[in-house]
Amino acid sequence: MSEPILSVRGVSKRFDTLVAVADVNLDVAHGEKLGIIGPNGSGKTTLINCITGVIRPEEGTIAFEGVDISRMPTYRRARRGIARSFQIPRPFVGMSVLDNLLVPLDYLESGRREIAHACDLLKSVGLEPRAEDPAESLTHLELRKLELARALAAEPRLLIADEVMAGLSEPEIDEVLEILFALNARGVTVIMIEHIMHAIMRFSKRLLCMETGRIIADGTPQEVGRSPEVQKVYFGK
Amino acid sequence: MRGLVFFIALVVVLLIGAMLPYAVTNAYVFYAGFVALQYVVISTGWNILGGYAGYVNFGSGAFVGLGMYAAVFLFKLIAAPLVVQILGAAVAGGVLGLGMGYMTLRIQGVFFSIATLALTVVLNTIIVNWSFVGGARGITVLAPAPTWFPSIVSYVFFAMLVLAVLSIATARWIEKSWIGRGLAALRADEQAAECSGTPTLRLKLFAAAVSGALIASAGAPYPYYASYVEPASAFGLAIALNALAMPLIGGTRSWIGPLIGALLLSGLEQAATVTIPTEVNLLIVGLVLIAFVVAAPDGLLGLLDRKSAKGRVP
Repeated sequence: MSEPILSVRGVSKRFDTLVAVADVNLDVAHGEKLGIIGPNGSGKTTLINCITGVIRPEEGTIAFEGVDISRMPTYRRARRGIARSFQIPRPFVGMSVLDNLLVPLDYLESGRREIAHACDLLKSVGLEPRAEDPAESLTHLELRKLELARALAAEPRLLIADEVMAGLSEPEIDEVLEILFALNARGVTVIMIEHIMHAIMRFSKRLLCMETGRIIADGTPQEVGRSPEVQKVYFGK
Repeated sequence: MRGLVFFIALVVVLLIGAMLPYAVTNAYVFYAGFVALQYVVISTGWNILGGYAGYVNFGSGAFVGLGMYAAVFLFKLIAAPLVVQILGAAVAGGVLGLGMGYMTLRIQGVFFSIATLALTVVLNTIIVNWSFVGGARGITVLAPAPTWFPSIVSYVFFAMLVLAVLSIATARWIEKSWIGRGLAALRADEQAAECSGTPTLRLKLFAAAVSGALIASAGAPYPYYASYVEPASAFGLAIALNALAMPLIGGTRSWIGPLIGALLLSGLEQAATVTIPTEVNLLIVGLVLIAFVVAAPDGLLGLLDRKSAKGRVP
């Protein structure tokens, strides 16, 4: 295997006495489709926050494409090619849908500063007719799509999709999955955090399960699904 | 195209302002006009941090007072001309603004606003105890007679007009550029803006410095205008209240909001000053502000937007 795109080494994050992420080691290969599952509070989002720089872990290092990014501010990591969508959509309210996409285009060096490019992006997620509308007028599905489009505007090399499908209907889930598959086919590495099992089983080539801040299973979706530890976490014993 | 129209409009306003002292002999026009323009600069400057970036600054009084006393200091020290006084005030305001910008690292929202309120008290105390600039007694500033203008008041009026034009041009440029988009993004959600590659701290520092420089520069011509400055009025509550009320009444999302709010509210205050006793001024500002917060939280611009949006949807 060539050098991993993302390399997490011994990362720990505590909130007072609660250990949210405990000594996590993780390598993600270029072009991988990685799924992360785990019960609520198992540390998935905290791990993502450590990777994107929103919070700083107490211990450990994180390298992206061979460069140590542990001390970089969030915006620099974004400029290096790490994009994320938020669990609860966080649009830039008070701006039009189009302007929401122009923010990353303005600030990310890899992005092309063109309105045409932003319109293409909106078309690719089916939001084009809403371009001029204020972001706060979007429906839940549209907000999810905007969240994705905004993450894609940066032309990231790693996309972290944090529960992008929560609260969506079956056809809507298919729609979002299709976008993610298309993206991955273009060479973007995708980390997906999801509670919707059939979606994450379909999408991931490799699956991790987290519990109380640790990775308790790592393998193909089938292997992880059969793992007694994972079954214990989800079904009890 | 729009930029050209805007530019031409600014030049026309400046030309009219330059000719006004020769066409109008009534000095009251300049006295009242100075105050209105001063508030245009203050509210436009306030809006760059308070409106675009969403960091509500209650300390405008500190910046205006700083500008006044920077001018007094330079005048007393080296008899600096008005232009130098204004530049000095802008630099001082920019530095103080930068300090205020660093505060946003630790405190946000209402806590930030309270901290800015304290700025006024701190600066006031310093000036009261600094006898070089007059201390608590205040100081008389006798401006030299202007060369190009018929009177000192028309001279400072024109200086304030230039400042107003500059501040509006600055605000519009920021708003329309990538900086404005970044500020709007961080106003909506700082974390999401960071994740979209926006260097939020740098943008906030920039906005705070520009805002501080503009507000302070608005205070600089005041010593020439009033020929007497003392701390109690320089750091008064009225400035902080107006600086906040005017953009809110006009609308904070666009450069034109603070302009409309400043002209409207200072016009109203002038009318009140001439017709009814002085303290009623603040009462009027307060009442208008309350009315707007209740009836039109996005200001006059927001009200217009809502009207036109209603027109579009059948």
